[in-house]
Amino acid sequence: MKRELRRVETGLAIIGAGLAGFAASIFALRRGLDTAQLGHTGAIAYTTGYFDLLGVMDGRVLDEPWAGLDALREAEPAHPFARLGNDEIREAFEIFTDAISDMGIAYSKPGDHNLSALLPSGVAKPTLSVPATMLPGVEAFRTGAKTLIVDFPGLQGFSATEFKVNFAASWPALSVCRIEFPGFEGQQLYPEVLARSLEAPHGREPLAEKIRAVLDGAEYVGLPAVLGMHAPDEVHADMERRIGARLFEIPTIPPAVPGIRLREMFERELPRRGLVLVPQLKVSRSELGADGAVHHLQGPLEDLEISARATLLATGRFLSGGLYADQAGLRETLLGLPVVQPSGRDNWYRRDYLDPRGHQLNRAGLETDAQFRPLDAAGAPVNPRLFAAGAVLAHQDWVRQRCGAGLAIAAAYGAVKAAAEMLNGSA
Amino acid sequence: MSGHQGAKRHYETEVLIIGGGVTGTGIMRDLALRGIHSLLIDRQDLNAGASGGNHGLLHSGGRYVAADAETAAECRAESELLKRLAPECIDPCGGLFVAVEGDDPEFAARFPDHCAVAGIPCEEISPTEARKMEPALSEKVYAAYQVPDATVDPFRLTLQNVNHARRLGFGDFLPHMGVEGFDIEGGELKAARCRDLRSGEEVLISARQIVNAGGAWAMNIARLAGCADVNLIYSKGTLIVSNTRLSQRVVNRLRLPGDGDILVPGGTVSLLGTSSVTIEDPDDARPTIAEVDKILAEGAVMMPPLADTRFIRAFSGVRPLLMASGAAEDGRKASRGFSLITHEDQNLSNFVTIAGGKLTTFRLMAEKTGDLVAQRLGNSAPCATHTVPLPTENAVGWTEPGFAARDWYQRADASDMILCECEMTPQSAVDAIVSDAPGSEHHMSLQAIALRSRVGKGACQGAFCAMRVTSHLYDRGIYDSPEGLELMRDFVTERFKGVRPVLWGRQLPQMELAETLHCGLTGLDLLGAKKPGSGRAS
Repeated sequence: MKRELRRVETGLAIIGAGLAGFAASIFALRRGLDTAQLGHTGAIAYTTGYFDLLGVMDGRVLDEPWAGLDALREAEPAHPFARLGNDEIREAFEIFTDAISDMGIAYSKPGDHNLSALLPSGVAKPTLSVPATMLPGVEAFRTGAKTLIVDFPGLQGFSATEFKVNFAASWPALSVCRIEFPGFEGQQLYPEVLARSLEAPHGREPLAEKIRAVLDGAEYVGLPAVLGMHAPDEVHADMERRIGARLFEIPTIPPAVPGIRLREMFERELPRRGLVLVPQLKVSRSELGADGAVHHLQGPLEDLEISARATLLATGRFLSGGLYADQAGLRETLLGLPVVQPSGRDNWYRRDYLDPRGHQLNRAGLETDAQFRPLDAAGAPVNPRLFAAGAVLAHQDWVRQRCGAGLAIAAAYGAVKAAAEMLNGSA
Repeated sequence: MSGHQGAKRHYETEVLIIGGGVTGTGIMRDLALRGIHSLLIDRQDLNAGASGGNHGLLHSGGRYVAADAETAAECRAESELLKRLAPECIDPCGGLFVAVEGDDPEFAARFPDHCAVAGIPCEEISPTEARKMEPALSEKVYAAYQVPDATVDPFRLTLQNVNHARRLGFGDFLPHMGVEGFDIEGGELKAARCRDLRSGEEVLISARQIVNAGGAWAMNIARLAGCADVNLIYSKGTLIVSNTRLSQRVVNRLRLPGDGDILVPGGTVSLLGTSSVTIEDPDDARPTIAEVDKILAEGAVMMPPLADTRFIRAFSGVRPLLMASGAAEDGRKASRGFSLITHEDQNLSNFVTIAGGKLTTFRLMAEKTGDLVAQRLGNSAPCATHTVPLPTENAVGWTEPGFAARDWYQRADASDMILCECEMTPQSAVDAIVSDAPGSEHHMSLQAIALRSRVGKGACQGAFCAMRVTSHLYDRGIYDSPEGLELMRDFVTERFKGVRPVLWGRQLPQMELAETLHCGLTGLDLLGAKKPGSGRAS
């Protein structure tokens, strides 16, 4: 069979299907740009579902992330956050959480303070915005409410007892109960499968009934994040009604439901809003020219050639494939862009894994200018039509600083703004 | 999980053995078979030193024929014994010695004669045949010999030693017990003053005989007894572990031992080594990037596919080498033989140090030590370790690659969840270790379980299984306080030391994911971090 060649022309091509890529699509569509998003899924299934802005600086947990950003700009002027003001970052964050709430997964409004969100280990995490299905957990922890944590035998790495024991000192009113997940007794459980089993109302009552039976006056019930895939807020509300207590989800080991939900929602909703989405295919080659770039993808039945007047790289780091390391050094995989990196492998990682300063390798990445354009070795933009956002950027440590979502959203906002200005100016 | 400060615990035993390596545990078993009770202690846990930091090679002796015929002959005799008496611990995979273009042809040509002197069977094969047997061998191999090298699981060996002694009712093991001094009276060590390093508690151990099998720490221990007659040099050896098994047999470079000249299969992986770097402090032995790069560059000359292989970990062990008077301080040239130091000329009548030696000759070392200790105690029972097979049982089998998977498959119990997916280690294996493995009399941590199984040894190097096993231990009530998370932090921190030098290529994204899980999802980097305002956040 002869392979077809399909050609697509677009204003902005966004490469990468993680949080930064989807955020960029939302911002680009909002600006009325003709937008295509390409590339296979990044590390989005690894998210807890919590959207951090800035949770930790110098090993210290931050209560006020906005003041933290001001301090960060002073301390780390090369950090991508330093390219934007707090008003822009706040606007970006709000547009993003409003947009996903509109598309079907409600998130709490970003406020002035960090929330103490719950991790399955029984440790609290500073974050800015959480899914509505997880928000009651933040409240329960803040108020120390009488709370029952439920876990399921067969769901690996989620122990209600571990959660309770580690929170016990600050949250004594916790109790735990292990119940068999109805319909999946005596087997290994996968959160994604459980979530889909709760999509239909008839799947919910047997679980609700079991929880009701062990409630014992608990005001809140916490359980692993499995409350539905496509309409979690509806499943959540219905389960609260059935159980007769406030209910919240707690993140699980990946691949985890909160990230899969986001990905499926973006893939479902954004094309309806005008995005040309080419998911699950990797861009094999890109050519940069004076008028834009051509991106090549090989599908199962056809080849694709996307001509774009501007391109935004949101290809992520090593796990997502945007960066690659060999014994000699790091490289950017799609265009061979220069990567800012520590000199020599001995400087990549510190000797102590959990050194509070973080590893220097995590701060390697693409150097960009104020318009989020990758720079060449001489410090000039590689191409006026090329932009970058998200974890691929240098001078940040999103894991340790608890700033992954904030970085993805803010940099996508800044890069799309710059791309729109360039496209509108050169149109 | 913590003991009471100040309350002094007291133990009495016939023989106190210091050092839970293969030698110390071998002595424990040797004595038990003679009906002598011993108490074995280690500052850390079993195999914490060189017994856990080696390539698991059961030497035919071939590697030493040119430099040390006596050690070579000992290796031959002992490896033949062990193959017969501890078959579960051994993979009789065979070995090749190969010379690559550029290697000294005369050295290669003399090899069969050297082997003959030491009584080691050695068969010349053509380079073509060698490459047929081991396709990863370089085209530049010009000479090859086959010898009866084998591999041994040093963890299983140690566990079986301890297990046999305790099943005989003549041995107990106390981990995390550090010696701080000795009570000396009338030319005898009356007791060892120790500390339980987990609880901080002082412990006194009285014994009629005290054996120092401290390996690289034997000189420090001897000095605590006022003995200046143990002189060691510390030779650090570093190895790297690949994600897959690259050869069926042990492959040795046919030249004097050097960096990156031996590739040893270890179940589903291969180990490439070894460096030899003289260090000052045996506690400071971690693999470096420079060593890894050198080993790999040398190894790839012999086996070119090594250059594109994924490595999952590196580790270092310290060879405690006996310094003969006047010998040059060169780790490779120092004797690989062992020495039984009676300390009688130090005016002590009940102290003995066993030092030097090799994994392959541990049984012989234990026999010689056992002979002396038995004679001093007036026990005339002869050594039995050269005739009595080393018994095995389920509780000590989990370090063998594939053992847990086979066991799990045979049970066919769908509710028995796999905790470590890389190495297919299920809950039932962890439960068996916690309830029945040597050391299970005491508190078991994730690290202790990993030592007694394959947990954390696969490609993910603990990224996922550390979380899963920790949760399981909380569920089982083995962990009942926030210390469980600290123990998980200790475990992943320890794994990282070995992973750090091999982080590039496909192993680096794995590390990136691990950090996301351990920090982002578990908050291990924030344990004990300062809390803002309300004090509710951790």
